Amino acid sequence: MVLQSSFKNCLQLSCILRTPKAGFRDAANGGLIIQSLSNDVYHNLAVEDWIHDHMNLENRQVLFLWRNSPAVVIGRHQNPWQECNLKLMRQKNIKLARRRSGGGTVYHDLGNINLTFFTTRKKYERMENLKLVVKALKALRPQLNIHVTDRYDILLDRQYKISGTAAKLGRTTAYHHCTLLCNADKFVLSDVLKSPYKGLKSNATPSVPASVKNLFEEDPSLTCEMLLDAIAEEYAMQHQIDHHITLINPTDETVLPGINNKSKELQTWEWIYGKTPKFSVSTCFNMVYKDSVLDVKVDMDVKHGRIETCNIDLPEQWLPPALCSELVKSLSGSKFCPTETTALSSTLLRMCPQDDELHSKWNLLCENMTMLM
Amino acid sequence: MAAVTALRSGCRTAGRLVCAHHVRSCSSIRFVKSKYVCVFDKSAFKFSRQQRLFRTSAVSCGQIVQFKLSDIGEGITEVTVKEWYIKEGDSVSQFDSICEVQSDKASVTITSRYDGIIRKLHYNLDEIAYVGKPLVDIEIDASKGVAPEEDVVETPAMSHEEHTHQEIKGHKTLATPAVRRLAMENNIKLSEVVGTGKDNRILKEDILNYLAKQTGAILPPSPKAEIIPPLPKSETVPTAPKDKARKIPVPVSRPVVFSGKDKTEPITGFHKAMVKTMSAALKIPHFGYCDEIDLTQLVQLREEMKPLAQIRGIKLSFMPFFIKAASLGLLQYPILNASLDESCQNVTYKASHNIGVAMDTEQGLIVPNVKNVQVCSIFEIASELNRLQALGSAGQLGTNDLTGGTFTLSNIGTIGGTYAKPVILPPEVAIGALGKIQILPRFNGKGEVFKAQIMNVSWSADHRIIDGATMARFSNLWKSYLENPASMLLDLK
Repeated sequence: MVLQSSFKNCLQLSCILRTPKAGFRDAANGGLIIQSLSNDVYHNLAVEDWIHDHMNLENRQVLFLWRNSPAVVIGRHQNPWQECNLKLMRQKNIKLARRRSGGGTVYHDLGNINLTFFTTRKKYERMENLKLVVKALKALRPQLNIHVTDRYDILLDRQYKISGTAAKLGRTTAYHHCTLLCNADKFVLSDVLKSPYKGLKSNATPSVPASVKNLFEEDPSLTCEMLLDAIAEEYAMQHQIDHHITLINPTDETVLPGINNKSKELQTWEWIYGKTPKFSVSTCFNMVYKDSVLDVKVDMDVKHGRIETCNIDLPEQWLPPALCSELVKSLSGSKFCPTETTALSSTLLRMCPQDDELHSKWNLLCENMTMLM
Repeated sequence: MAAVTALRSGCRTAGRLVCAHHVRSCSSIRFVKSKYVCVFDKSAFKFSRQQRLFRTSAVSCGQIVQFKLSDIGEGITEVTVKEWYIKEGDSVSQFDSICEVQSDKASVTITSRYDGIIRKLHYNLDEIAYVGKPLVDIEIDASKGVAPEEDVVETPAMSHEEHTHQEIKGHKTLATPAVRRLAMENNIKLSEVVGTGKDNRILKEDILNYLAKQTGAILPPSPKAEIIPPLPKSETVPTAPKDKARKIPVPVSRPVVFSGKDKTEPITGFHKAMVKTMSAALKIPHFGYCDEIDLTQLVQLREEMKPLAQIRGIKLSFMPFFIKAASLGLLQYPILNASLDESCQNVTYKASHNIGVAMDTEQGLIVPNVKNVQVCSIFEIASELNRLQALGSAGQLGTNDLTGGTFTLSNIGTIGGTYAKPVILPPEVAIGALGKIQILPRFNGKGEVFKAQIMNVSWSADHRIIDGATMARFSNLWKSYLENPASMLLDLK
């Protein structure tokens, strides 16, 4: 590691190396490579927001390296119900996050690495970044048959997607981030990215499904650390900076003032679900009650994640019509959320006549309704 | 003093002298002089700024400018409009976010170049917008003029939030998000900047002036993270108003104005259902009965039982004991586990003791119940409680867990409080609220003072079918089980 000769640069660089609390905003001109100490998807997305909002990228560019514990990340304008199996994710405790960049849905776990390239808006250039990644991988393992498509994917053997891309442009800064599959759990990935919800109609950005493969399958000696290191080295070379990775703690307010508010915002229901573009649900399901099978038809309009209008078509007189309309009225304005619906329906039941049969019918209907969410 | 007054009156006429509130102590003439020079232009600027502000508060009918969609880069010519942050008639400031557009996996935040009022949106949601073509029409304030293309100050894209308040050491500092970012980028504490806007609001000019005062230019943030002013901190800007009040005979005390806005939200979903339930509960004639329980023996018993339960993988609290004792009491006084029909004609004595436990979750107050406590052991109740608590915090309680309750206990004491006035949850007829366990001095049988673990209980019951005596006897029985836990053994099935 050779420190640059100019005194000014020397001082600034040493500032970072010795006093991380001084803030890495004063990086040496040219570039800065940072890596997150956290595996929390919300904290890491918050770091992206923070750099995008607060760093002056006129004279330097930043590469941010991060990995997350199991999470599904949807694009800014996507519909989570359309993109993934929310029920399964709740069971497996897999988090759902909405990022601020566009693009499609991805599954992250510790076998996947994320790279974010920060530049000024003028220097925004996705192809260059991806070529850098390919160059780094080929330097590491020359036998890898990888190339960048015009859709900004990286394909292995011209078939399997190993990396997807998304970008966010602000007024003066921009970032381009991409994933890279090293050793992710492909089975969980395919289960979780398959939506079980039927009858959804939406203008949200749809994801384009693709066959994926891990680089580990091509060469079992590869690890995430090796890939991160290779990419950092290539970036350092191209930007003529030291191959030094600054570690940052995404919860440290002294280095990143205001970061915790950003990660909190990313975790709110209003952001994750409420930002879903308007969509409608038009579906039917069967209910088995005692010895009969009933057909139920449901139509709902959902805006900002809340049920705007709701219509439930039940066989006549199966439930007293007054009760049915009470349920529909209560659902209007309510969050399109199973927890909310369950709490709502069980509270409403307290107002119903105390009839065991009525109660079990009501519970059956409400359980089926929550299955749609 | 006289010198200062003279200066001030001079200020008005000449318009170029130092504004009085920047004069420091008169004793150090040299001091005043240096400040005089330093602040010279700033105050003039401020003065004209105030004049400008005054003018802009009048109704503006300025020119309509077509704000065109700027180049996205990478040769992109068209994008899809995905979200509007403003609507026609909204006022925007420079750098406020206008909309979010998407092009080929890139999401772009378009920010306003002007201050003004939005007069027209050229596209609807999901329509294709073209680079170089008008995106919105903005009516610009005539007096302000059109902002330059390249901005000296880099402030990033912002959300469309209203002016937010920031609590800094107890003082509310008003500043728009754009101004706030500028301050943060330059390591300036807003509490140290004097706001010249309405209600002491801090404007962009104030930040620029503060910076100009310190360094003469806008520099990137220094590692020291503090811009050292030429004067020691205690004498900088925050003391200015105090100085002003002391030196200037003319009263300039501004009344403290709180400009927060009321926020109205509709009541929806679960909360709407709660409104209905509680309104119905109001129709029940409640009466209350309270008592204190000496839990000294129970506390000791639980300490002994806790590790045994832990080995079996269950966390043991006091609730399983309270619940089981209640069930034993309900066996003797089944009217408390009953339900009155709507017409108040019939009472249904429920066979199962499904005892509800009030839980505070993200949704609000949820009451899952433990089914058939009459046939459960304390350990079984404890493990069921563990399951319900885990589901409750994950927001995954099912309808079966949340319905069918016949009697409720609310352990509000875990949060705090002693006596309460709980509200009965229909269709039940009774409820108990448990306060916190306190260590208090009490007299024992021998007249000696000892340390007792005291908890208060507050019962509410439906007076239409339950009378005070029944409630009191039930409570006494429940109390005796808990004060002497061994007595439960006699009645356990």
